[in-house]
Amino acid sequence: MTLLIALTLFVLAVFLGLELINKVPATLHTPLMSGSNAVSGITLIGAMVSAGTDHSTLTTTLGFVAVVLATINVVGGFLVTGRMLAMFTSKREKRS
Amino acid sequence: MSAANVTSIAYLAAAVLFILGLKGLGRPRTAPRGNLLGASGMLVAVLATLLDRSIVDFRVLVAGLVVGSAIGAVLAVRVQMTGMPQLVALFNGFGGGASVLVAGASFLEVVDEGLVDDQLAVAAALTALIGIVTLTGSLVAFAKLQEVLSLRGFRGLGLFRVALGLVSVGAAVMVVVRPEDLGWFWLLVGAGALLGVLGTVAIGGADMPVVIALLNSCSGLAASAAGFVLDNPLLIIAGSLVGASGLILTQIMCTSMNRSLFDVVFGSMGSGGTVMDVDEVYGDRVTSTSAEEVAMLLEVAERVAIVPGYGMAVAQAQHAVRDLMRTLNEAGTEVVFGIHPVAGRMPGHMNVLLAEAEIDYECLLDMDQVNPTFPQTDVTIVIGANDVVNPLARTDPGSPIAGMPILEVDASRTVVVIKRSLSPGFAGIPNPLFADDGTLMLFGDGKAAVLDVVAALLNV
Repeated sequence: MTLLIALTLFVLAVFLGLELINKVPATLHTPLMSGSNAVSGITLIGAMVSAGTDHSTLTTTLGFVAVVLATINVVGGFLVTGRMLAMFTSKREKRS
Repeated sequence: MSAANVTSIAYLAAAVLFILGLKGLGRPRTAPRGNLLGASGMLVAVLATLLDRSIVDFRVLVAGLVVGSAIGAVLAVRVQMTGMPQLVALFNGFGGGASVLVAGASFLEVVDEGLVDDQLAVAAALTALIGIVTLTGSLVAFAKLQEVLSLRGFRGLGLFRVALGLVSVGAAVMVVVRPEDLGWFWLLVGAGALLGVLGTVAIGGADMPVVIALLNSCSGLAASAAGFVLDNPLLIIAGSLVGASGLILTQIMCTSMNRSLFDVVFGSMGSGGTVMDVDEVYGDRVTSTSAEEVAMLLEVAERVAIVPGYGMAVAQAQHAVRDLMRTLNEAGTEVVFGIHPVAGRMPGHMNVLLAEAEIDYECLLDMDQVNPTFPQTDVTIVIGANDVVNPLARTDPGSPIAGMPILEVDASRTVVVIKRSLSPGFAGIPNPLFADDGTLMLFGDGKAAVLDVVAALLNV
């Protein structure tokens, strides 16, 4: 991937993110934050490669710690968001 | 199809799932599905990565996944809703920390092989700086929310922070110029770590929602920058989506406090103007009341608004508030909640607590929705909120909170403030609302006071 393509992806994704999240009701601010934070744990896939390659003990160790941190972020983030969202109830929905 | 192609297509699918997931998280009805879509995207990405041919040893990797999943699951399942701000701060930090480590490991490998180029060095330096600031900043925010550290800001570190910022930038430049001297990289990480600590110790409780949203954004940007290091499009896309959404939240929080991001981060609070004398504001005009008296008022009220603040979270009063709402509803009284965007310690804090108490989210009104209704409100009950209902924001241009949009509770017929004492809020200024003719103070613990009112209502 050339730098230009990488930059293009970055800029387009930022604009997409701004459009997606605009006008989110305050009720969802916390779940949105914890859910999107879990998505930012995507760094996990980079960590997996670092932990799995056989370069040096130092890089494997760094990779291992990175996998642990990122997995906590991903698993914890999605679970806690699901827990929160399960509590958001509305009478209107229950009726329908 | 080669394994590399399969991985690339799976990454594309994961990116689409993340986009659909974030879109879903924007509406209450679709949010649970959005969360599931995001989680599926992550699963697809992880499975596809297992096909990566540079992975030769799965033992360390799987051990990391198992340990991380266990810790994450335990934290997520055991956390109390009142502990949510801390947990969100902690997760933000872990995301940033993981990005630094990934960028660091990858940078070390490439330097060892002598294959480093400018693009990679710039990306590694950026990831290290953003990621480490996110990590240490979030840990300090966590410590403050957990009340291990004082929530009052440490001031007067401005010059030191500027110096550290310069050291970080200098080290980052040197990483690019002389990538093979790894000392610069470690200096960058060290200076960035200190910068994250000093950047957040100065931030006080009421500014926490801004900081949490900003750290959320940074954790995304760090992942995105790590994508430039690893040449991985999925990291770039997912990271920048999160970075952008965090920025929007940060912007909303800043607007709701009428403060610039600069003021929040540099800990400056408008200190101009005369500090009002507490006795002058309150004098003997503060009217104290009892639960019975409040119950009598509520008995004849047709419309009641409840305004919760951080004090409600501290007192764990959300279930008592729910009981109050139900009791009033059964008597035919309309009850709404007025929620200030920065009430509490993170964006949406009050909404989460009230949702935990099974209060219908349709009853929770944003500031813009609830403000026009206060003149038609018979009784407004303020629980543990202070600065967000302080009329000085409108009337005193010299006040530290001047211009901050507030909930205009003083427009309602009667205001009942449930509070432990007359102590000031985060802004450190007295609140003339408490001395207002239409205001009654019900002193006491939030939860106990609300339960007393409910008991009195049932006895009337």
